[in-house]
Amino acid sequence: MDLQTGIRWMELFNEEIQQEKDYLTQLDTPIGDSDHGNNMSRGMVHVVQAIEKESPDSLEALLKLVTSTLLSKVGGASGPLYGSAFMGMLKTVKEDYTSSWDKVLHGGLESIQKRGKAVVGDKTMVDVWAPVVQALENNQLTHVVIEEAVEATKPLKAKKGRASYVGDRSIGHIDPGAYSSALLFKTMLKSEGK
Amino acid sequence: MEKPGIIIISHVYEIAKGIERLLQEVASDVPIKVIGGVDKTDIGTSFDTILELVNSHPSTNLLAFYDLGSAKMNLEMVEELSDKTIIIYDVPIVEGSYTAAALLQADVAQEAVEQQLKELKIDK
Repeated sequence: MDLQTGIRWMELFNEEIQQEKDYLTQLDTPIGDSDHGNNMSRGMVHVVQAIEKESPDSLEALLKLVTSTLLSKVGGASGPLYGSAFMGMLKTVKEDYTSSWDKVLHGGLESIQKRGKAVVGDKTMVDVWAPVVQALENNQLTHVVIEEAVEATKPLKAKKGRASYVGDRSIGHIDPGAYSSALLFKTMLKSEGK
Repeated sequence: MEKPGIIIISHVYEIAKGIERLLQEVASDVPIKVIGGVDKTDIGTSFDTILELVNSHPSTNLLAFYDLGSAKMNLEMVEELSDKTIIIYDVPIVEGSYTAAALLQADVAQEAVEQQLKELKIDK
């Protein structure tokens, strides 16, 4: 991942989020507070605007800008969670500029888990992040891997987040945070021409 | 020594304001600041407004009370990035903050306040 690919990634992610905004809200309606589509949409509009305005000159500067913008503009639980994800990635890059990209994403995953205390199987974004990071480590990340991870959240019972309040009734629904995370990783692959 | 202060973070403006009224009745000398909602009408919490609240609070030592999960996550991020000492309590927001306010008003040491709050701890 270099600066130009990173910027392209954020632009593509924004496009997907805007296209899927209503679907994200729809996913968040039975098991959440119906704000995920609007929150992510607002956040990503600001991210793209901030990139245009600030013209970050390194991958580190880009990650920093994305972190602070998501944290300020997304709201809900996704603001601090996506903010933490990019903060963890930023930290890994800062510690070692030569970090491989799977290591950087692993830093993001750790940061999400530190913030939200979720583990695999809790029906959260972690259920997409964890298999994606693992697939990337084995050089096996594909669109199919991502789609399967999202689909696998459907039969799970939510143990973290707003969906956990509805208990068994969360079973049978795709987790909205897992879905938006899938968009994040699919656009990451696209930005790399995959 | 400077009196520790209290901050209340709720998803809803009226909840925060209601708790503020309740606490002021029992603890008029304790510095209390509250924030509820993203603004007066929108439900939610925001990192930016919590950071602002912490920075504008007269105390450097803060006891923090919140209602739902995302308020805690935003609070934790502020706690990590702020120079102030913020302790976040996993207790029912009304009972917990009321207990803390009443004890601080009576000049009970913070360690003793913590001890009392421990008994109120819930999984949240």
